[in-house]
Amino acid sequence: MRDASVATFTLVYLARLRESLGTGIERVGPPPNVATAGELRAWLAARGGAWATELAPGRAVRVAVNHELAEADTPVRAGDEIAFFPPVTGG
Amino acid sequence: MTGSRVTRVRIQTEDFDVGAELAALRRGNAAIGAVAAFVGTVRDLNDAATVAAMTLEHYPGMTEKSLRAILDEASTRWTIIDSFVIHRVGPLRPTDQIVLVGVAAAHRGEAFAACEFIVDYLKTRAPFWKKEQTPDGPRWVDARASDDAAAQRWR
Repeated sequence: MRDASVATFTLVYLARLRESLGTGIERVGPPPNVATAGELRAWLAARGGAWATELAPGRAVRVAVNHELAEADTPVRAGDEIAFFPPVTGG
Repeated sequence: MTGSRVTRVRIQTEDFDVGAELAALRRGNAAIGAVAAFVGTVRDLNDAATVAAMTLEHYPGMTEKSLRAILDEASTRWTIIDSFVIHRVGPLRPTDQIVLVGVAAAHRGEAFAACEFIVDYLKTRAPFWKKEQTPDGPRWVDARASDDAAAQRWR
């Protein structure tokens, strides 16, 4: 059950980002003008420190919204699970 | 009696038996005339550093979903009968098996092409990350431009 009155996002950080940021998961309630994956990334980068470094515009960071690879203009909505991670290296 | 597998995607820490998995892929299905397989293994040298061990991390939920999507995409592009992916996670050592992709088809051309496509897409789209233990300490493996190029040619 989700509280529909608050726009909360579940954020997941994986691999190098999890280590650099010191957290693997958090819930946030960004301001209403954060409506896309790119805006969310910029809002998080504005925290400064490791956030600014890891999420800087030039850094290769992939974003997934609800387990689907996303682009900067992919919409994000309350209740979404949004993951940030480096380019993948499996196989 | 169907020859198709219940689970096409498996993420696991334990090793797998290539022969047994390929036998299960084609069991009971006389329409299959070709099985192509890819086995990825751990090298002891990567980017000029000695690798003593590595750890593979994934994103539970998304990893399985993306692998299923890749298998589905392969079956829309080629006439294949069945396919599967087994990918290991957790600690691994040089010479260990990492991944097995198996494709069954009526003919070899479809099986070869679909298998190569699945591996190329897996390398660039499935959320797995390798962290290597080297004499200089642990390091996350960087993605390769050659992998992006390999996936790009299927577009």
